Amino acid sequence: MKKLSARRRHPLAAVVVLLLALAATGGLYAAFAPAGTAKADETAQSLAIEEGKKLYSVGCASCHGTGGQGTTDGPSLVGVGSAAVDFQVGTGRMPAQQPGAQIPRKKVIYSQAEIDQLAAYVASLGAGPIAPTEGQYSPDGADIAKGGELFRTNCAQCHNFTGEGGALTYGKYAPSLEGVDPKHLYEAMQTGPQNMPSFPDTTMPEKEKKDIIAYVQAVNSDKADSPGGLKLGGLGPVSEGLFAWIFGLGALIAVAIWVAAHTAKAKKS
Amino acid sequence: MSTVTNTQKKAPAGERVADWADGRLGIYTLAKANMRKIFPDHWSFMLGEVCLYSFLIIILTGVYLTMFFHPSMNEVEYAGPYVPLQGQLMSEAFNSTMHISFEVRGGLLIRQIHHWAALIFLAGMFVHMMRVFFTGAFRKPREINWLFGFLLFFLGMFTGFTGYSLPDDLLSGTGVRFMQGAILSVPVLGTYLSMFLFGGEFPGGDFVARFYSAHVLLLPGIMLGLVVAHLILVFVHKHTHFAGPGRTNENVVGMPLLPVYMAKAGGFFFLVFGVIAVIAAIASINPIWAIGPYRPDQVSTGAQPDWYMGFAEGLIRVMPGWEINLWGHTLVLGVMIPLAIFPAVLAAIAVYPFIESWITGDKREHHIAQRPRNAPTRTAFGVAWITAYMIMLVGGGNDLWATHFHLSLNSITWFVRIFFFVGPVIAFIATKRICLGLQRRDKDKVLHGRESGIIKRLPHGEFVEVHEPLSQGELHRLTAHEQYAAAELPPAVDENGVERKIGRMEKLRVKLNKGYYGDDSQIAKPTVEEYKEIQSGHGHH
Amino acid sequence: MSSQEIPEETLPAGQDTAHGAVTVADDPFADPGLPPHKPRIQDIDERAARRSERAVAFMFTLSMLATIGFIASYVIFPVDKIVYIFPFGRVSALNFALGLTLGAALFFIGAGAVHWARTLMSDVEVADERHPMAATPEVKAKVMADFAAGAAESGFGRRKLIRNTLFGALAMVPLSGIVLLRDMGPLPEKKLRSTMWTKGLQLINMNTHEPLRPEDVAVGSLTFAMPEGLSEHDEHFQTEIAKAALMIVRIQPEDIKDKRELEWSHEGIVAFSKICTHVGCPISLYEQQTHHVLCPCHQSTFDLSDGARVIFGPAGHPLPQLRIGVNDKGFLEAHGDFEEPVGPAFWERG
Repeated sequence: MKKLSARRRHPLAAVVVLLLALAATGGLYAAFAPAGTAKADETAQSLAIEEGKKLYSVGCASCHGTGGQGTTDGPSLVGVGSAAVDFQVGTGRMPAQQPGAQIPRKKVIYSQAEIDQLAAYVASLGAGPIAPTEGQYSPDGADIAKGGELFRTNCAQCHNFTGEGGALTYGKYAPSLEGVDPKHLYEAMQTGPQNMPSFPDTTMPEKEKKDIIAYVQAVNSDKADSPGGLKLGGLGPVSEGLFAWIFGLGALIAVAIWVAAHTAKAKKS
Repeated sequence: MSTVTNTQKKAPAGERVADWADGRLGIYTLAKANMRKIFPDHWSFMLGEVCLYSFLIIILTGVYLTMFFHPSMNEVEYAGPYVPLQGQLMSEAFNSTMHISFEVRGGLLIRQIHHWAALIFLAGMFVHMMRVFFTGAFRKPREINWLFGFLLFFLGMFTGFTGYSLPDDLLSGTGVRFMQGAILSVPVLGTYLSMFLFGGEFPGGDFVARFYSAHVLLLPGIMLGLVVAHLILVFVHKHTHFAGPGRTNENVVGMPLLPVYMAKAGGFFFLVFGVIAVIAAIASINPIWAIGPYRPDQVSTGAQPDWYMGFAEGLIRVMPGWEINLWGHTLVLGVMIPLAIFPAVLAAIAVYPFIESWITGDKREHHIAQRPRNAPTRTAFGVAWITAYMIMLVGGGNDLWATHFHLSLNSITWFVRIFFFVGPVIAFIATKRICLGLQRRDKDKVLHGRESGIIKRLPHGEFVEVHEPLSQGELHRLTAHEQYAAAELPPAVDENGVERKIGRMEKLRVKLNKGYYGDDSQIAKPTVEEYKEIQSGHGHH
Repeated sequence: MSSQEIPEETLPAGQDTAHGAVTVADDPFADPGLPPHKPRIQDIDERAARRSERAVAFMFTLSMLATIGFIASYVIFPVDKIVYIFPFGRVSALNFALGLTLGAALFFIGAGAVHWARTLMSDVEVADERHPMAATPEVKAKVMADFAAGAAESGFGRRKLIRNTLFGALAMVPLSGIVLLRDMGPLPEKKLRSTMWTKGLQLINMNTHEPLRPEDVAVGSLTFAMPEGLSEHDEHFQTEIAKAALMIVRIQPEDIKDKRELEWSHEGIVAFSKICTHVGCPISLYEQQTHHVLCPCHQSTFDLSDGARVIFGPAGHPLPQLRIGVNDKGFLEAHGDFEEPVGPAFWERG
C-alpha cells in the first residue's frame, strides 16, 4: 500500500492508471453487455466516443487536458464516470466561465445528445459512476416520508429543510434544489460534485436516492403546497422577521398615522 | 338609610346599572377623573397601543391553541393527512401541532396569527421603546414606567423563545439545544442547571411540558401584571406631548377619551387585529411540516431563532472560540462572554434614564417630548446602540447574507466582529453632527424665516431668495426646547482658602456633562436680541 | 452623590409656566397659546357629515358581510383543499378565506370607528392641567406621622427579639421551595462523559440500518452512523443519539495530517462525533475537497484531515474522534468509547 501510494505521483502513474482503468471498463463492459445486441451497441458506442472526443477537445481539453488527465486549471476526469459529465454539463456548470469559490449553475450550452457523447468519451477514460436511467431516478412510487427523514439526515444540513440552499465556508454554498431535474439530483448524490460529498449506493442504496428525490419534488417544486400562504423563500425566521417588520409593523404604522392625523379642515388658512 | 330612596321617576336602565355598580365599585369617582382624560394625537404615541393589542391578540389566540396542543414528548407515529411525514416518529407536541395545522378548521390561521402577532409584538415594543428613548419621554416622572416597559420587552423575548420551542420541531429543537449548550458553559453550576432544567440529559422527555407552563402561565402572568401597571402609570402621569402653541409642561393637549379616543383606540384594536389576520391569511410562518420533527442528530442550514433573539444569535456566531482549561476545569469563554454581553447591552439601555438624570442633575418633572435633534448626545448614543444591535442581527443571519449577496460567510463574520465595535462609534459621531446641523437649520429658520422658493431681483441686479417670516406659533415651537449650561467643577479651594474635596464620581459627572452640554454638543438657541436685530432690516442672510 | 451638590445654574431657567394666550410684545418666541379651532367640512356642511355617516355605516356593514363570509368559508371549504392563488402559491383555501374574511371583519370595525371619530366627533383640542406627582409637604408630614405612630404601636423597632426571629423565619421559609426543586432532575455525575459506544459495537449506517463495511465507504463520501443495538423506537433514542451520532468520511491516508487521527482510523476511514463542540448542533456540512466541516448553527469550522482542529468560528476544541477498526466479520466496529466528552464544553470537562 505504502509503496503504491509513494509512486502515485510518478509521471507515468497517470498512464498506468489510465491503462488499468481502460482495461477495467473494457472488462466490465464485456462482462455486463447484453449478448445479442452487443455488436450494434458497440459500434454506436464507439461512434459516440469518437464524437464525444471531438467535442471534448474543443470545449474541455484546455482545462482538463487533451486526454482528460487534468491540468492546473481543472481536475483529472479519469474515473469520474458518465454520471459526473452528465451532471456537470447537463446543469451548465461545465464548461466553467471563470474561476471562483464555486462553479455556479448556468444555462446549458450542449444538447442532451452532445452531453451523452461527451459522457461516453469521458467514461471511456476510466470506470466511474454511470449516468442513471430513468428507472433509477424516477420518483414514482417512492416513499416520500422516508425520503424526508433521509433528507434531514443527509442533505438538510447544507441544502436547508426543503432544499432552498445554504452557505458554506469562504464563499462556497450548497445550491438551491428548486427545479433541479431528478436525474441531476441522482447524479449529484452519486458523484459528489465540487465540494459536495458523494452518497454512493453502498451507503445510500438506489431506492433511498429515489425516496429523497420524491421528497424534494414534493416539497420544493411548483407542485409543492404551502398551505399557510407565501413561503417567504422557505428560509425560516430571518425572512419571517423581515416580513413582520416591513409589512406587519409597516402596515400598522401606516394605519397609526391615519388614526392620529388631524382631519382636513374646511378652509386652508 | 336605604328607605330614603323614594324616587318619583325611575332612572333609565343603564343609569340604574351604573348606580348599582357605583355603590359597590365606586365607578363614578373613577369615571370623573378618567372619562374625559385627554390624549394627544401623534402617530408615534400609538406604537404602545400596537404592542398592547398584539399582546391581547396573542393571549386570545394562545388560549385557543391550548385546547388542541398536547405538551408531551411521548413518541408517536404520524398518521395525519400530510403525506411527507406519514409514518414518521415524532413527539406528541409536534403531532398535535400538525393536527392544529392540518385538521382543525381555522387552526392554521390561529397558529399563524399567534406567531405573527408575537413577532409584531416584539417589533412594536422595540420601536415603542426607541420612540420613548429618542424623545426623552423616560425622564422624571416616567423612569419606573420605562423599566416596566423594558422588563416587558425582556420577558417578551423569553416568552417568545419558549413558545417557539413548544412544537418540538427540528428548527426549535436546535434552538433549545443551543440554549442547553449555553447553560452548560456556566461555570460550576452549568451541568447542574442543565440536568435540572431538562430532567436529565438533553433532550430527555420533560422540557416541552416545562416550557409550556412557563410559556402559558408563568411568563404571560408576570407580563400581564406589568402591562396593567404600565397602563395605570400612563394614566397617572398623563401622556407626554410635543411642544407647540399652547402645549406646555403643565398641560396636556389633545382629544378626550370619551368619545374620541374610545373610538380611535378601540378602533385601533380592531385595525391591528385585522391587519395581523390578513397577514396570517397570506403569509406562512413557522411551517413545521416542512421543518420536520426534532432529532438531535439532524439539522438544517439557516438554523436561526425568531428575530428578537437574532441579536444573541449574532453574538454567539461571531465570538472567537476561546476556552481555558485550568486545574481540571474548563472555562468556556466562547459561549460565556456572548451570554454575558447579551443582557449587558440590553441593560445599558434600561438604566440609561438614571445615568442621564445623574449627569444632568435635573430632578424636575418633564412632560414635553423632546425632538431628538435637541438632545444630540442622547440621540447619538441611541443610534450607536441601535447600530450595535443591527450589526449583531446581521451576524445572526450571516449565512443568509452570504448566500443572498454572494459573499463569503467568513468575511461577513469578520466584518461583524470589527463593526460591532467600530460601527457604534461612527454612528455616534455622525448622528451627533447631523443633530447639530439640524439645530443650526432650526436656528436659521427662526432668525431668517422659511425659504419661500421665490427669487427676487434687487435693483442693483443681485438675486435673493425671499424668506418668509415664521408665525409666532412656529417661532415658539422651534425655540421652546430647554438648553442646559455645561456643568463646571467648583474652584479647587473654597472662599476660605480651604482645599475642596471633589469626589472622583463628581469629576466624571462634570466631564460627561460637558460631553452633553459643552459648546460642541449643542447650538445655542436664537435669542430675542438676535431675532430683533435681524428682523429690524439689516442682514438679509 | 446627592442632588444638593449640583449647582442649580446649570439647569435651564424654569420651564415656561405661561399657558394660554399671553402675547408678550417683547418676546417674539412667546407661546401664543392654543390656536383657535378651525371647523372641518363636516362641521359646517350637513351633506358632508351625512356622507361621512354613510361611509361609517358602510364600513360596519362590510364588516358584517365579512363575518358572514367567514362562517360561509368555514362551512364550504374542506380543511385540506389547496388552491393556487397568485402570487401566494398553492395555499390552503380555508386558511386564506378565513384569514381574509376575519381580517376584513375586524379591520372595517376599526376603520369605521376611526372614521367616525375623525369626521363626526368633535375635534376641538382640549387642554388638561397636569399636577406634580410628588405630594405636598403637608400630606407627606401626615403620612410620616401616621407611619411613626403605626411603627411605634407595633413595637417593631423596640422588641428586637420579635423582629429578628421574624426575619429569620421569613428568610428560611423559601428554602422549602428550593429543596423541592431537587427532583427536577438527576445530578450530572459522569453522565456527560460517556456515550453508548463501547468496544466491539458495530457502526450502523443511519440510512440502511445495516452495519458498515470499510469497502462501502468511498473517498469523498459522507455517511452517518449510530451504535449497534440502538433503535429509533427506543425510549432513550433521542438522548443516546444526541451523544452517539457519528460522521464517517474516508480520507486518503497520506492526506491525514494528524498522527493520532490516522492511528485511530481504519485505512483512512475516520469516525468523528457529529455533535459540535460549541453548543451541540449536529455538525455535518462536509466539504469533500477541503475536508472542512462546518456547523450550520454558528459556523464553527473543523478540519477533518487534521484531527478535526477548529479553523474558524466559536468552537473551543476539536471534535472527538472514535477509534475504529474492523471485526472478524469484516464490519467496522468501535474500539471503545470516545476518550473525551462529546458535545459542548462544561465546567467539569477539564
